[in-house]
Amino acid sequence: MDIYTPFQIKQLTQQTVDKIHALSAKPITLMEVCGGHTMAIQKAGIPSLLPPHIKLISGPGCPVCVTDLEYIDRAITYARLPHIIIATFGDLMRVPGSNETLYDVKAEGADIRVVYSALEALRLARDYPLKKVIFLAIGFETTAPGTAVAIREAQLMNMDNLMVLSAHKLMPPAMEAILQEGIPIHGYLAPGHVCTITGADIFQFIPQQYHLPVVVSGFESLDILQSILLLVYQIEKGQSRLEIQYKRVVSDAGNKKAQGILNDVFEPQACWWRGLGILPKSGLKIKHAYKSFDARERLPMEIPPTQENEACICGEILKGLKTPPDCPLYKTICHPDHPIGACMVSSEGACQAHYRYNQSSCNHESQT
Amino acid sequence: MCLSVPAKVISISGLHAKVSVRGTLIEISLQLLDDIQPGDYVLVHAGFALEKIAPERAAETLKLIDDMEAQD
Amino acid sequence: MKKTITLAHGSGGKLAHKLIHDVFMNYFENDILLKQTDSAILPGIEGMQLAMTTDAYVVQPIFFPGGDIGKLAVCGTINDLAVAGAEPLYLTASFVLEEGLHIEDLIRVVQSMSAEAHKAGVKIVAGDTKVVNHGQCDKLYITTTGLGTLKPEFAPISTGDEIKSGDAILINGPVANHGMAIVSSREGLTVNGSIQSDCASLNDFIQSILEAGIHVKFMRDATRGGLATILAETAQATGLGIEINEDHIPITEPTLGLCELLGFDPLYVANEGKIIMIVPEAEKEKALLLMQNHPDGSQASIIGEITTDHPGAVVLNTAIGGQTVLGMLSGEQLPRIC
Repeated sequence: MDIYTPFQIKQLTQQTVDKIHALSAKPITLMEVCGGHTMAIQKAGIPSLLPPHIKLISGPGCPVCVTDLEYIDRAITYARLPHIIIATFGDLMRVPGSNETLYDVKAEGADIRVVYSALEALRLARDYPLKKVIFLAIGFETTAPGTAVAIREAQLMNMDNLMVLSAHKLMPPAMEAILQEGIPIHGYLAPGHVCTITGADIFQFIPQQYHLPVVVSGFESLDILQSILLLVYQIEKGQSRLEIQYKRVVSDAGNKKAQGILNDVFEPQACWWRGLGILPKSGLKIKHAYKSFDARERLPMEIPPTQENEACICGEILKGLKTPPDCPLYKTICHPDHPIGACMVSSEGACQAHYRYNQSSCNHESQT
Repeated sequence: MCLSVPAKVISISGLHAKVSVRGTLIEISLQLLDDIQPGDYVLVHAGFALEKIAPERAAETLKLIDDMEAQD
Repeated sequence: MKKTITLAHGSGGKLAHKLIHDVFMNYFENDILLKQTDSAILPGIEGMQLAMTTDAYVVQPIFFPGGDIGKLAVCGTINDLAVAGAEPLYLTASFVLEEGLHIEDLIRVVQSMSAEAHKAGVKIVAGDTKVVNHGQCDKLYITTTGLGTLKPEFAPISTGDEIKSGDAILINGPVANHGMAIVSSREGLTVNGSIQSDCASLNDFIQSILEAGIHVKFMRDATRGGLATILAETAQATGLGIEINEDHIPITEPTLGLCELLGFDPLYVANEGKIIMIVPEAEKEKALLLMQNHPDGSQASIIGEITTDHPGAVVLNTAIGGQTVLGMLSGEQLPRIC
């Protein structure tokens, strides 16, 4: 669907960019916390349209980037067990664990299938009753309700060969952790699709407790530019409010039905975020009533302790403390063909996005 | 993250629907929503419709910006 | 004839001979092949250089919307020669067949190859067949070699040595259809055939441009890695800059929709019937008109130009007026949720 004609988009985009230039005086740093925003900004070349004193940085909003090594190592261990099918979103295939990736293990002969939906994992379990299907459930509040639906369906059908290894995470605790770091950020673009499910109100704590403006943004170029404009306005006026730019799908309270399904299956628990450490109540664990679908319960295997590359500064990049060029590994040994840290693996990780689309106002350096 | 696209509901069969993403038809689940009709636009993510899209609300965003300017 | 391929079909005995005669000779029928010599003996052509290429085809599924592995093999090989400015004349085709392959499917593939070769005016003059155990290959693989003649004045086309700043870059139609047609049939995602592979032999199309006197400086077919990758490779190889306008890159709506759904960047998705052509600036409008008047170029577009700015890099002027740099694709694109 196109809300606007291409002509209208061009016009509105130009007007919005002009307004940003007219309004913005103070040097400011805005953080977006959604990999989708990171990608969209880079692909459309938005930094090249903004005044140079507006800096956009990426936070920990890429679920692949914040997935810890233990999860990948565990998934790889499961993949090597007999009669197992691993069902995973494509995003996870090239994430490095301590030693290798799911891609490497697939090349050895493990049965690993890329799926587009949790329901496909369910279908695999139905089609292969003699195999155990383990679904690698990553993603934030946007994706978790779908996993919950699949688990409930599996229970209704009395299936015993579907398991879920949950790495679902919640956004607000991560945002809180960033805010507590005290990094000088003047405003936030909040993730529009997370808020579609949760409602915008989950980010009300940011203006209330930290006195910073937040705008819930959509993902089209125009959405992002409008959101930046709304943030610039608030910052210039010294305001701190929660606003919704993405009005066509985001409400204050969100999708109650989806929330209900999510809460039926999952409960918050502390979990480890790559780069941020352990955050309380930041991950989703499968509840006791559905524990027969929890891979950790059904396959409680010991995983050898994980080893991160010591020179990798993904953690600081995820917190917005450093940028990709600050990392000694960036472009030297860490690049999209051979990622060391998660920020380079995911196409929306800060490092890969920077590498592919070359962030700093398009300085046209040669890609090697 | 949360790569989601708008799609038009073409037909519904129980808890599932055929939707069109710019002319490509796919099947998705409606289990996260109620009261969806053919002709509605929905936001699709990982095989599910997450929310009904209200295109007219895009105008509200423009109004938000106009109001912001009017205050100056 | 038996219904499925067995190891005996590859052993050189009676069954193998029958397969060759009833399937390959039958459908690839031409005067050279029918001589059944160990090597095809080809007439020499004075004053011409030779162009030669080889390729292997392992696509899955072997039948996809808009084509099949056979059509792909013929078109792909022909196009490799055609983009060098050569006139494709002869192909060879070697088959590795999986034990258990339905002979009906093999015939379908071979018929498709024959039809495409005939349409393109090339002869399949030599071939081979091997059969491997079930599970040792995925239904069938095809390896080809193509041979064509090249007028000496077209020799610079394959190296692009004559490309200079100001030259225009054209593409003959919409991108990403082939890759997305494969993805849509593999994933079982889509329920209509709205995306068809653009698999096509472009020798006639290219010859028509060359014969009209356009001074083509360089051509490449935008296969694996997509348009962006070959542009990035070209920029690197020439050491010149490339500027592309997103607004001018044709793409069909259903293909764009599927790319958006799965998180694929259409500029990096494979094509099998798309070429970029670099021509002098003064000839770009004429070249465009010629392309648009040919069935294989009806949606042709001038997408950008060569520049001395940002040497070695490809810069995209985005639809909203921003700028971003396009690198090469690393690894395959996979459906993602993020």
